Parts: sequence; C-alpha cells; structure tokens
Amino acid sequence: MTAIQETLAPVAIDHADHHHEHPSWLAHHFDDAEQQYDSGKLGMWLFLVTEVLFFSGMFCAYALYRNRNPEVFEFCSSFLNEKLGAINTGVLLFSSLTMAWAVRAAQLRQHQLLVGMLGATLGCAAIFLGVKAVEYSHKMEIGLLPGKLYVAQLDGAHGPHKGYLEFICTIPAICTALCAAYAIYAFATKSLFHQRVAGPMLVAGLCFFGGVGLGQYLEAQEEASKGHGGHGGHQEHHAMVEGHVDHGSHEHTAASESAHTAENKTASEMAANASIAMGGSPDVYIAPNELRTPNADVNQRSMAGLFFSIYYCMTGVHAIHIIGGMIVITWLIVKAARQEFHEQYFGPVDNVGLYWHLVDFIWIYLFPLLYLIT
Amino acid sequence: MSVLDRPIATPGYSEADSYPSHHFLNHSKGFLSWALTLDHKRIGLMYLVGVMASFALGGTFALMIRIHLWNFKDGWLSNQTYNQVFTLHGAIMVFLFIIPSIPAALGNFLLPVMLGTKDVAFPRLNLGSFYLWVTGLILFLTALSVTGLDTGWTFYTPYSIETQQGGAVLAATFGVFVLGFSSIFTGLNFIVTINTMRPPGMSWFRMPLFLWALYATSIIQVLATPVLGITVLLLSAERLLGIGIFDPKLNGDPVTFQHFFWFYSHPAVYIMILPAMGIISELMSVHCHKGIFGYRMIAYSSIAIALFGFLVWGHHMFTSGMADVTTIVFSALTFTVSIPSAIKVFNWLGTMYQGTVSLNTPMLYALAFIFLFTIGGLTGLPLGALSTDMHFHDTYFVVAHFHYVMMGGTLVAFLGGVFHWWPKMTGRMFNDKLGIASAIIVFVGFNLTFLPQFVLGSRGMPRRYATYLPEFQPLHQLSTIGSITLGSGLLLALIVLLMSLVSGKKAPRNPWGGATLEWMCSSPPPHDNFSSAPTVGDPYDFSTIEYDARVGGYVKRT
Repeated sequence: MTAIQETLAPVAIDHADHHHEHPSWLAHHFDDAEQQYDSGKLGMWLFLVTEVLFFSGMFCAYALYRNRNPEVFEFCSSFLNEKLGAINTGVLLFSSLTMAWAVRAAQLRQHQLLVGMLGATLGCAAIFLGVKAVEYSHKMEIGLLPGKLYVAQLDGAHGPHKGYLEFICTIPAICTALCAAYAIYAFATKSLFHQRVAGPMLVAGLCFFGGVGLGQYLEAQEEASKGHGGHGGHQEHHAMVEGHVDHGSHEHTAASESAHTAENKTASEMAANASIAMGGSPDVYIAPNELRTPNADVNQRSMAGLFFSIYYCMTGVHAIHIIGGMIVITWLIVKAARQEFHEQYFGPVDNVGLYWHLVDFIWIYLFPLLYLIT
Repeated sequence: MSVLDRPIATPGYSEADSYPSHHFLNHSKGFLSWALTLDHKRIGLMYLVGVMASFALGGTFALMIRIHLWNFKDGWLSNQTYNQVFTLHGAIMVFLFIIPSIPAALGNFLLPVMLGTKDVAFPRLNLGSFYLWVTGLILFLTALSVTGLDTGWTFYTPYSIETQQGGAVLAATFGVFVLGFSSIFTGLNFIVTINTMRPPGMSWFRMPLFLWALYATSIIQVLATPVLGITVLLLSAERLLGIGIFDPKLNGDPVTFQHFFWFYSHPAVYIMILPAMGIISELMSVHCHKGIFGYRMIAYSSIAIALFGFLVWGHHMFTSGMADVTTIVFSALTFTVSIPSAIKVFNWLGTMYQGTVSLNTPMLYALAFIFLFTIGGLTGLPLGALSTDMHFHDTYFVVAHFHYVMMGGTLVAFLGGVFHWWPKMTGRMFNDKLGIASAIIVFVGFNLTFLPQFVLGSRGMPRRYATYLPEFQPLHQLSTIGSITLGSGLLLALIVLLMSLVSGKKAPRNPWGGATLEWMCSSPPPHDNFSSAPTVGDPYDFSTIEYDARVGGYVKRT
C-alpha cells in the first residue's frame, strides 16, 4: 500500500493547481489520479462482492444437497480426476503470481516485462481451460452428465457418444488459427506493437492445446492403471483414485454378463465396493452404519445426476469467468503494448488482477469441495 | 439579470441567468449524440422515457386484468390468456418499471448534480447499464410476442419447468438476468460515486437525503441482485438441460428455488421503496420550506431498512413448508423493518408541522404517498404475523397490500419526483392546476381500486384467479371502476408533462425554493453540471432562500 501512496503522491500535489490540463489517461470527470484510482478500485471490490454472491447461490445448493445425500457426493467425487484438478490448481496459483508481478511491472514502467507477465497469465488460463476440456469431454463420453441427461452405465465401456473433445476444441482451434494469422501479419509488417500483442495471444492459443495434451496424457495414465490395476499398491495414498479404479475393474466383470435391466444391481454392488474400498484406507473416515448400508440407488439421475449438475454448473460458471478474464487480459496486453501504463496510471492492471485473484480464489474452494471429499 | 442572483454558487454560469442558451439538451445534436452519450443526465432522461413506456405497457395489462374481472365468469380473456396477462403485468412492472424507475431514471439524472460532481464515476458503465436494460426489455417483449409467459412473475418451480411455454420462460429468465446486471452496475456506479467523488465540503451528513436513500438502495442492488442472477441462470439450465436442482422429479427441491428467489426479491422490495422515501424526504422539506426534521434518523433508517431487508425473505414462504422455529424467527425479524419505516413517516410529519406548506403538484403527490404508504405498511403487519398470514396468504389482501406499497408508495413518489424535478430536467414549468387535478384523481382512483381488494382478500378471494364467486362481484366491479379512474389520472399527469414541453413557460433556476445543489445550477443544467466545484452548504437550510418575483423563482441571498 505504501508503494501505491508513494507513487500517487506527486499527483496529489498537482491537484492543488486546479486549472491544469487533464492528461489523456485521466477521465474528464475526475479531479486527479488518486480519485480515479480509488474509484476504480472501489468499483472492482464491489464487483467482486457481487461475484462472490453470484457464486454463493451455487455454494448454497452444494451445501444443501451434500448435506442431504452425503454418500452421493462421496461416490460421485471419485469420478473426478484429482490429478488434473491439482494441476489446474497449481496453474491458477502460478497465474496469480504472474498477475501480481504484472501489476508491479506496470507501476515501474517495465513495459516488456508487463507484456510478458500478462502473456504468462493468459497462457496459464489457456492451460487451465485445456485441462478442463479434457475433464469435461471424458466425463461426457462415459455419460456422466447433469440431471436428466445422466446416462452413465458405469460398466467401464465408453458410451456411444464420442468426439466431445474435438467439439469443445473447435472454437479454441479457430481462435488459435486466427492468432497465428495475426502473428504472421505482425511479423510480416515488422510492427513491434502487433508483435507484442500477437505473440502472447498465439502462445496462449497453443497453451490451450498443451493443456489438452497434458490432460489426455494423465487421463490415459489413469485408464492404464485401471487396466493393470485391481486394488494394488498405493491404496493409502490415493484412496479416491482407488475408489475409481475399483469401480472400473468390478464393472468389467459384472457388466459383461449383466443385461441393461440389471443396471441397478450393478450400481449397488459397485457403490458397496466403493464404500469398502474407501473404508479400507486408514486416513478416510466413514461412519460404520454408512459402510454397512451403502445407498444402492446412487447411480441414477436423481442422485448422481444432481451431483454432476452441481459440478458442471459450478465449474462451468467458473470457466466462463476464466474466459472473461482472458478477454480483459488481452485488452490489457493491447494497452501494455502501447506502453500506456505508468506509476500514476496502472488501475486497470491492478483491478483486472483483483478479479483474476478472485477467480483463482473460487477455484481454491471448488477443488477440495468437488475433488477431495472422500 | 437580478442583483440578488449574482452571487449564486455557480459563478461560471451566472451570465446565462436562469435561462441558459447552452445546456445539456442542446449541447450536441443528432441521434448518436444521445445513443452514445456518456452524460448521466441524458442517460437518465432515456431511462425516464423507457421506464414510462414500460409502465404504460404494464398498466395496459393491469387494465386488461381488471376489465376481465368485471364479471365473475366468462371474462373477455381465455383463462390461458389471463394467466399470461397477469404474468406480464407483474414481470414488466417489477423488473422493467419499478426497480429502475427512481434509481436509474431520476437517480441517474440527479445524483451527480446533487452531489456536485461532473458525472458518475463510470460513465461508460452507466451507458452499458442502460443498454443492458434495453436488452432485457427486448427479451421480455420476445417472451410476450413469440409465446406467452404464464408462470407468474416469480417463476416458481416446478411450474416454470413444466409449462409448455418453455421458450418464453427462457427468454424471460434471461431477460431478468440481464436486467439484474443492469441494476447491479447502476448500484455499483452510485456507491463509488458517492464514496469517492464528493466535492470538498460535501460530508456524509451534508448529503441530501435522496442520496442517502440511493446509497442504501445501491447496497441492496449490489448485494442481492447477483443471487437472483444465479437463480434464474440455474432455472434456465433447468429448462435447457434438466439439471434437476429445483426439480422434485430429479430429487431437487422447489422450496430451495423459493428461498433463492426471495433472498433477492424481498430486498428488491426495498430497492423499490427506499428511493421513493428519499424523494419524499426532499419534497417534504422543500415544499414545506422548512428544514427536514430528524435528518440523521432518516439517513440511518435508510441504511437500517437496507440491512434488515436481507433478513426477512422467509415471510413470503410461511405456507411453503419451513420449520416452525424458522417461521417464527422470520416473522419476528419482519416486524423489525416496521421501526425504521415508522421513523421516516414520523419525521415527515414532523417536517410538515409548523412548516409553510405549498400545496402544489409535487407536494400533493408527496402527501398521497404518506397516506398510501402508511396503509400499505400497516397492512403488512397482519401479513408478517404467522397466525393471520395463514389466512391471508395468496389472497387479494396480499395483492392490495403490496400495491399500496409498490404503487401507492413508489409510483406516487416517482410521479411526485418527476413533477418536482421536471423544471430542472426540461427547463419548462408545467401547468400546476392540472397537475393538482391529476394528483387528486390518482389518489381517489387508487384507493377505489385497492381498498375493496383488502375486503375481498379478507373474505377469502384468492389471488391470480381468472374467475370468482358471484358474491365478490360488487367489490370487483368497484375495483375495476377505480382502476379506470386511476388510469385516467395517470394519463392526465402524462398530458400535463407533455404539454409543458410544448407550451410551458421557461423554468427558473429554483422554482420551488430548494437548497440542494441541483437548484444552484441552471434549468436545464449545463453539460458539465458545474464549471468549478460548487459551494456546499446545509442542504436543508432555507433561511437564505428567498422568492424573487423578477426571476419568477427563488434565489439564494448571501
């Protein structure tokens, strides 16, 4: 804070002279840089309050339905790949670092560094979305869909619907292609400004596919360990993943002979197995009565479907906020490439940074609430 | 140019006297100079036109309902159409008219001028809110014209999930979402403007009470509206994908929807009434030519209402299925809201006591407000009490109660405010005699419409029904006659306002004798409001304000 006050101090003196010309970065209705900065900052904090309240509705829904059906949440959570979630958490935390660094760079007129840091933030956001795309498409393929769309057979075999990933990737692919075209244009015209804008955008586009690749690699590993697996070695450390693996292997044997009508029975067996597997791990507490009577009806629309509704709504709205953040960061990159920011005018970077930290912060809550609850 | 007028607080414009040749209305010309304006005054006027048009639309639906109910059966609308008409009446009035009426239209125009600044803190965001409002309006009209929306304005599940009018529900809920963000951004803009842009000398307790009211309103807008946003978003997802969170068939909980909905929509009631109370505080003081009685209590009570308003949403759901303890707590909290409301009414009456009351159009609307709001407020108590609410819930008693508060309160105050600031906004005086006539007709018509509904409700007439038992017919017919009277009174008010634009005489700087800053700049105000920071004094000190026949208005003596 003191740094900010110091940097704004010269303007406060300037303010005493009332008839000075307004610099271009100072809106006409503000008296001085300090007033403009304070207004922007307060506005952003209020906006963040509305964002928190916006998410609060879904957090309430989460609390309500988890309280009502804890076993559904524990069971369904085991289908979320915690490795991918953890990687995304790390990526977002790192992007918060680069964002905060960008604010500092803006204050110190380090224009190159500013563009670089904003680009890094943008890239991290793209990686996050890439990983998320893999997670979504993987779940959609096995029918883990929200509400009445929930069609998972949980028999290990993939459903008839494939190609979700390709579908999701279409728009990012188009965007990346456009960025590439823009980058070629920028380098062809040797315009330094365009190069500074196009570079980070192209990198971000590629980062998305990097994220997709990473996600697919980890999901494939997951599949592979399922194939070899059974309930082997690392039960203590990965209770939840084991839960997932466990369903898979049992499903294979059970579902191969069971007809469609036996779905419920399969599900109940599986839920029981899930509970036992989870009970077996020493660091997860499960009440004894829950262990004895696992909820046999978990695998149906009104149970698991509701969990996935909440999962898709919360992570989906969060992802929309990431996309929104990417758009404003791109806008900042344009301004930064024009070298508009300096010690008296860095409010936009600061405020977008605040927003970005909030988006990060919400994910910090979403990750344990959705992925780590067994 | 008068000698007395010379030392007025805006020296930059004194050469223009009261009738400036250059002001915000003719500052620039052409359609785009309005459509893309960042001037809060122009945005405020565009809102004013918009909300009045919405009100006309919603009012037409209201009249259709009342005419349909003339006979106890076989009204002129089919039952299906009737459902759609009362849904649209409610939804348009709530989301397109009452919520934006005072804050977005009058507030936008007045807040910076009263505060002594050039504009709101974020002029672009302000214009953005206006276009969000327009988008919401278009979505609502789509819902109206493509199919019919028939869920009631509350969109209660599971009906809103199961109704055949799915497209209309989607369009309308998305419209509500967009309108919500329009409202949030307006509130955010106001809070920031008041917090960071007050000129030197404008301390918190020198702010006009209208600004306190707008501040309290903005707090609610910022805190409550996002919850509605996510609720209608989840409802849209429910319709599109069947996510099941509110659908009992998928193990969801419809009562959760009601909680989410009323968590916003009860505070929204205070979004509607608080700015109206702010207007009345101004009108009372100015037209009684006497300092406001209990300034701090009125200011604090606005904030208190805003905060209490968040704790009472459950009283809409006493019969929806809640734990007994919960209902008792909600009932008790509901009663606490009556305390700050009563403080305000006492203070307004205290202001009038020994004042020099000018019985002109704005003052008559203000008096009508106090009368109608008091009835509306007091009939809220039996609805907040558990034992009586079990009887009154979903009857015409509720309908009459909230119309007394929403329409008798907010609409009447809005009209009073429009008449009060009309000379400032347009630079023209209206015909005061006809204005008084409109106020009286509105007052009589209003009571004739809604007093019978209290009786109907207490005798068991349920709300929202397209038909009723024959014994209710006389009261229903009385109500219908009243509604037509009310409609003609409102029409007269509109004619008075429009006539003034054509033939009204030019307005002086300060036609009523107000002491707040907006009366210190010319009518209409110049483009930038104040050429230099205005001198801020006590907003309710009338000792230096004197009538000057030469300018036909009041001037400030130094």
